[in-house]
Amino acid sequence: MEIEITEEDLAVILNDVLDIHGYDFTSYARASLTRRINRLIMLDKFPSVAEFRYKIRSDEFYLKRFVEEITVNVTEMFRDPQFYKVLREEVIPTIATKPFIRIWHAGCASGEEVYSMAILMHQANLLHKTLIYATDINPDVIDTAQRGIYPSAILPLSQENYLQTGGHGDLNGYYTAKYDHIIFNEELRKKIIFATHNLVSDSSFNEFQLILCRNVLIYFDKNLQNKVFHLFDQSLEDLGYLALGAKETLKFSGISSKYRQLGKERIWSKIK
Amino acid sequence: MEQNKITEVKSKLVIIGGSAGSLEVLLQILPHLHVDVPPIVVILHRRTDSESPLIDVLEMRTKLRVKEVEEKEPVKQGWIYVAPANYHVLFEHDQTFALDDSEKVNHSRPSIDVGFQSAAEVYRDGVTGILLSGANADGTEGFRKIQEHGGVTIAQNPETAEISYMPAQAIHHHTADRVADAEGIVAIINSL
Ligand SMILES: C[S@@+](CC[C@H](N)C(=O)[O-])C[C@H]1O[C@@H](n2cnc3c(N)ncnc32)[C@H](O)[C@@H]1O
Repeated sequence: MEIEITEEDLAVILNDVLDIHGYDFTSYARASLTRRINRLIMLDKFPSVAEFRYKIRSDEFYLKRFVEEITVNVTEMFRDPQFYKVLREEVIPTIATKPFIRIWHAGCASGEEVYSMAILMHQANLLHKTLIYATDINPDVIDTAQRGIYPSAILPLSQENYLQTGGHGDLNGYYTAKYDHIIFNEELRKKIIFATHNLVSDSSFNEFQLILCRNVLIYFDKNLQNKVFHLFDQSLEDLGYLALGAKETLKFSGISSKYRQLGKERIWSKIK
Repeated sequence: MEQNKITEVKSKLVIIGGSAGSLEVLLQILPHLHVDVPPIVVILHRRTDSESPLIDVLEMRTKLRVKEVEEKEPVKQGWIYVAPANYHVLFEHDQTFALDDSEKVNHSRPSIDVGFQSAAEVYRDGVTGILLSGANADGTEGFRKIQEHGGVTIAQNPETAEISYMPAQAIHHHTADRVADAEGIVAIINSL
């Protein structure tokens, strides 16, 4: 019989993680978090919730695994190609006039979307004056993103998505293939700064023309979503853009009156 | 006293899973459903590039209102909710929806097992799970969770299913309480 943690178990675990390790997951949406923890308990074959809890309290290394495993790090290149098409055709031409362009990917996971963005900027002849900040709470995925090395198996889907964004030719020129891996070119990598950043507890660190935070807010409760929206608002220049995931919206947030949505896309521009 | 009774009434939920060949059955079922049936959640495996036409197709066949699930929205009577492509559908204890883009389960996202299990944890014995035509074993494990929490599970009669594998798997693993054709499924939902 698999272990299913109760609401009380969850509250206790989250409090321990906060008190002892300073990671605050208490404002994450419960259903998904519960599922992730049940999954971790099963994967690591804990005989009981009590033993899981003990491990978390007492083992700093295990806590690292906890953070890596309960965050959902699924991503792909040019995910939702239509979204990238709008970036390419509408957003990038608007920010192109700036002397210097700063872009922030908050919750970038293993970085595929960051390299996708760098490729678009390169194709718009803007990469030389662009700096992309790529952050995530999970140090492990930031490490992967920073290396820029991915299994070649990601190529077919990446290429297919890329074409659907209105891209021409293929992605060959942007990476070197070795055995069953690819590594993205230095030309792209040197324009990206990778760092851990926790949207729950870390503050604004710069002003950007474009912030992308896709498929991260669905894991937060409403209050935390709102708090993070304010963080983004502080970090966006006037007329800057905020891009969310396919199922996320700014509509019901405290900052919505200051933003205008780009048609039906999950992209908003800051109008005041 | 009277007030107390009303608040004690258990929330009910109908959750329907289907894969290849299930849309046709669904379209046979929907026109006959009464407007006072419990909230209905539909989890269909579909190609990822299809957008909302599914909503339009369903809407034309029912007196109930149809929409795609949005995260954090309350689950309400009078509605048929459709799982969006590429996200698992979960339920919070306050009976609102949650979406999750974690790994595929049974090669599927949305996964029927994931939706069924979460529904069972929140709605407990208020859940009626229905598994339609399909070529995948998704749903069998979720049926088991629904049963464990006291809910009811109904597999489409494999003989009437375009692709019998999915309901047949549930029957084979003894996780289907009942077997019914489209007409039977209509009668069961309308009686809830
Ligand atoms: C599903 S991935 C999204 C990846 C990418 N943006 C996309 O849409 O494909 C969600 C990411 O959010 C990160 N995340 C979760 N909580 C976070 C937090 N508090 N601060 C920063 N990142 C967080 C996770 O580690 C994970 O990598």
